[in-house]
Amino acid sequence: MLSKGLKRKREEEEKKEEEGLSVDSWWLDQGHPAAAQTPPPVASSSLFDLSVLKLHHSLRQGEPDLRHLVLVVNTLRRIQESMEPTTSLPPVSMPPTAPSVADSLLASSDAALSASMASLLEDLNHIEDLNQVPQPQADEGPPGRSVGGVPPNLGALDLLGPATGCLLDDGLEGLFEDIDTSMYDSELWVPASEGLKPGPENGPAKEETPELDEAELDYLMDVLVGTQALERPPGPGR
Amino acid sequence: MPVNTKRQDTWKGIVQRSDIISTVEFNYSGDLLATGDKGGRVVIFQREQENKGRTHSRGEYNVYSTFQSHEPEFDYLKSLEIEEKINKIRWLPQQNAAHFLLSTNDKTIKLWKISERDKRAEGYNLKDEDGRLRDPFRITALRVPILKPMDLMVEASPRRIFANAHTYHINSISVNSDHETYLSADDLRINLWHLEITDRSFNIVDIKPANMEELTEVITAAEFHPHQCNVLVYSSSKGTIRLCDMRSSALCDRHAKFFEEPEDPSSRSFFSEIISSISDVKFSHSGRYMMTRDYLSVKVWDLNMEGRPVETHQVHEYLRSKLCSLYENDCIFDKFECCWNGSDSAIMTGSYNNFFRMFDRNTRRDVTLEASRENSKPRACLKPRKVCTGGKRKKDEISVDSLDFNKKILHTAWHPMESIIAVAATNNLYIFQDKIN
Repeated sequence: MLSKGLKRKREEEEKKEEEGLSVDSWWLDQGHPAAAQTPPPVASSSLFDLSVLKLHHSLRQGEPDLRHLVLVVNTLRRIQESMEPTTSLPPVSMPPTAPSVADSLLASSDAALSASMASLLEDLNHIEDLNQVPQPQADEGPPGRSVGGVPPNLGALDLLGPATGCLLDDGLEGLFEDIDTSMYDSELWVPASEGLKPGPENGPAKEETPELDEAELDYLMDVLVGTQALERPPGPGR
Repeated sequence: MPVNTKRQDTWKGIVQRSDIISTVEFNYSGDLLATGDKGGRVVIFQREQENKGRTHSRGEYNVYSTFQSHEPEFDYLKSLEIEEKINKIRWLPQQNAAHFLLSTNDKTIKLWKISERDKRAEGYNLKDEDGRLRDPFRITALRVPILKPMDLMVEASPRRIFANAHTYHINSISVNSDHETYLSADDLRINLWHLEITDRSFNIVDIKPANMEELTEVITAAEFHPHQCNVLVYSSSKGTIRLCDMRSSALCDRHAKFFEEPEDPSSRSFFSEIISSISDVKFSHSGRYMMTRDYLSVKVWDLNMEGRPVETHQVHEYLRSKLCSLYENDCIFDKFECCWNGSDSAIMTGSYNNFFRMFDRNTRRDVTLEASRENSKPRACLKPRKVCTGGKRKKDEISVDSLDFNKKILHTAWHPMESIIAVAATNNLYIFQDKIN
């Protein structure tokens, strides 16, 4: 159903170009007067797909361009808001409850997408923190630094678990069919430092978090606590 | 305005490189022009001394020094290669015969000393002229070595390496007016360094959220005020500029001034945020204004007015209806730089199809010029170009759909005092002089 919509939209666009129209309004925000003339959900979903592809491509880079990533994510959120104006986007989403199939697809893609975006961004956070451990930092953190940030992070990892289950929902295959889903299966929390790679390979592997054994969790806590102490450099007054 | 801009004969001076130029910067006197490229090399051009006997070479820029500033590195922890591409070069004010500049890649800043050697010592006691050590027992008399002239040699040596202070990619460096400190900015943090101290830096701005899920904005550029050593500005991906005063607190997370233009509701689109992302911020030489470059326009701000810019110049408004295609091919994420002329009366920025734009702030006139060998002959005046946006295309106009988006001019520089500009077109450097008589 979605792919059929895509095809129609492209033909419409080509016709528009032949007629010499310089403005294609289908991608405009729904508040724009010109947008009223266009079929919004189909057009938005095409831009949505493109943005999702960009997001995943960006995350596949060894070290993602943060500016590019943030701009694409923000654009995606804007598109999502226009596609589902009544749905708010919590960082951790509940399973979809919309009645129609199309709505549930979009809603579950919201949940899946925001969960995957959240988990991927969270990954960047952890990877950067963990990798700062052995580096001789030019700036040192003060001793006895607060490590209050650690438990909430792990909590977020746990919470993301059920939401990412939506990614494996059969109904979303059309949306992610050209995405390599093996990235959801890799193991992130390997104690050896060589296993710590940022990017989609390790991103949404949060679903494996509940299976971490205590030894690995303890190790992780130690590393994060040690890293947090080095994380924030002092200012001149500190 | 440079209606009579002539392209000087750059065929022998131009550097045809396989590497894409990634930064261009004149030094404080304008006699030296430094370029950095994707391969980590720095090439410095020097302006020839004016010689009345040879008019053709008057004021030409020729290669002065070439050196490898950064090498590709491998971060073993992250299993990532760190690119050697030079993101920025900034000159230090000259204090003696040598020249100093800062060059940076994504992670490491280096201070380079460029010095000339035109004499060498001859007549050593302990070694022969060819360098072989002499047998001490055979030395029967002592002599004083004498200095003899030699062919000019320009040496570049790394004097300081400022490393391990940036987790994210460095996008800006800026030398302070105190000539002792400088800042380096990455996507989320700005650090303050002392030029003499490499093992530590102070973090003065940190916008990293406690939870990366909440990350919605990054730092895109930063610069020190040209005269007030306590003032700096940084721009963001959301089109805002924050001015910080280092006297108010050690950490400048809270800004002293916040510059943002309200969004025009009639032009709102899914791409509004992307095109509002500021790619460059530059103070005017006077220090009273600053200029920002976003995707479609250049804005001049009065530092005393935070609510809106005092001037907005459209660079290529005809691209507004093509934003979706530009999003698709990622061109919408291109980061164009901008620059002031020496008197702050004109500003310049690049565009696509090897076009660059100049705006005269006094006469309100603007011109589009092209940096290409095919379309301009040596010593001929550059012809103004025009892009046709619709309807019937006039002769010499180029239609929007014919623009080459692979030919982008991202980096330009203006001589600090004269009407000389440097324009980097992918892997070619063009130097233009305005010779209005």
